[in-house]
Amino acid sequence: MRHLMNPLDFSVEELDRLFDLANDIEANTDKYAHACAGKILATCFYEPSTRTRLSFESAMLNLGGQVIGFSDAGSSSAAKGESVSDTIRVISCFADICAMRHPKEGAPMVAAGKSSIPVINAGDGGHQHPTQTLTDLLTIRSLKGRLDHFTIGLCGDLKFGRTVHSLINALVRYEGIKFIFISPRELMVPDYVTEMLKEKNIPYEEVIRLENIMPKLDMLYMTRVQKERFFNEEDYVRLKDFYILDKAKMKLAKPDMLVLHPLPRVNEISVEVDDDPRAAYFKQVQYGVYVRMALILTLLEI
Amino acid sequence: MLNVGKIEEGFVLDHIKAGKSLSLYHHLQLDKLDCTVAIIKNAKSSKMEKKDILKVECDINMLNLDVLAFIDHNITVNVIKDGKIVSKKELLLPKEIKNIIRCRNPRCITSIEQELPHIFVLSDEKKEIYRCKYCEEKYTEHL
Repeated sequence: MRHLMNPLDFSVEELDRLFDLANDIEANTDKYAHACAGKILATCFYEPSTRTRLSFESAMLNLGGQVIGFSDAGSSSAAKGESVSDTIRVISCFADICAMRHPKEGAPMVAAGKSSIPVINAGDGGHQHPTQTLTDLLTIRSLKGRLDHFTIGLCGDLKFGRTVHSLINALVRYEGIKFIFISPRELMVPDYVTEMLKEKNIPYEEVIRLENIMPKLDMLYMTRVQKERFFNEEDYVRLKDFYILDKAKMKLAKPDMLVLHPLPRVNEISVEVDDDPRAAYFKQVQYGVYVRMALILTLLEI
Repeated sequence: MLNVGKIEEGFVLDHIKAGKSLSLYHHLQLDKLDCTVAIIKNAKSSKMEKKDILKVECDINMLNLDVLAFIDHNITVNVIKDGKIVSKKELLLPKEIKNIIRCRNPRCITSIEQELPHIFVLSDEKKEIYRCKYCEEKYTEHL
């Protein structure tokens, strides 16, 4: 029995098989409509995350399975003080597979250790969110046809953004990837990330302004720059527009550059970009469902 | 100079960083053993200028070498039998340590989960970096 805790739990070959399956699901949805008939997914969400939970539920329902669960700790036995270890033992009697989100880092791993059903980490604090990374990779592979030999720009909050760190760790396993980090000085990628890239001889650049490097990018991964991350209001006001993607900046980009975003978006991508064929962030949400469907099938060994 | 007598059977931990012997005494739980222990502080050393030494008269198997290696793998472990050094144990950084140190990350599941063992895993042998098995937070303090 396998669990998914970290995007690196799957080898590159295993990911290829998972993504092939996801693409087959995309092309032949009907073929999989009853694949999980009689199976139950438990969504154990100790903190609210409507998007991720609904994506998992949609994935299981698309496979003909059923869904049970809770969507915040207050309505679960955790409010009465039950441990994660006990909860998963109980859930194991009710369901065939579990997706768990928890504010405490490592909670899904504790659950996996005591579980008799596969556990998927659906986000544990600021630590890991592997299905987001799988979603990002599937989107890139499906729309670009490959996961190697491209230049990716990562823009916004690169210091605290866990989706960014996970994506970097996942992409370094492929050949010919170049990273361009675009962020204010306060929110640059942590040292351990750049040290890892240096060790592996993977090229990267760190820049402050987005427009200067737009023509170089094959892909742009946008994230939100939150006001509260800045030391002072003045810096925030000075810098915030640098990190807003609009039509003018898109004009500088290659005709086939993809724009990705883990969502929710606040204002870092202007709505005028949404109709640009290069904007892939809503397609990304759809790929999120396909990859979760493929993951459920894989972990249930169906 | 102070003289501490030989031990007949047991082990001598040599080249302990000066001042660290007492903390080592506690982490090795020597206080729980009913045997003779000599703690020598600030002994002269040609290699380290000053060093601490621990002499313990008990079976070598009573010693948790993993804890010792985690704390300082440069310590020399001399095994004594019939008053003589019969072997030296090499200390290798343990791959995993359990319930020796605690994860300090307030966001880690270890902060709330009942009786969950605190486990750290060696993530970088060269840099001697240990990370919490659950939240992967780096252990930064030193014992």
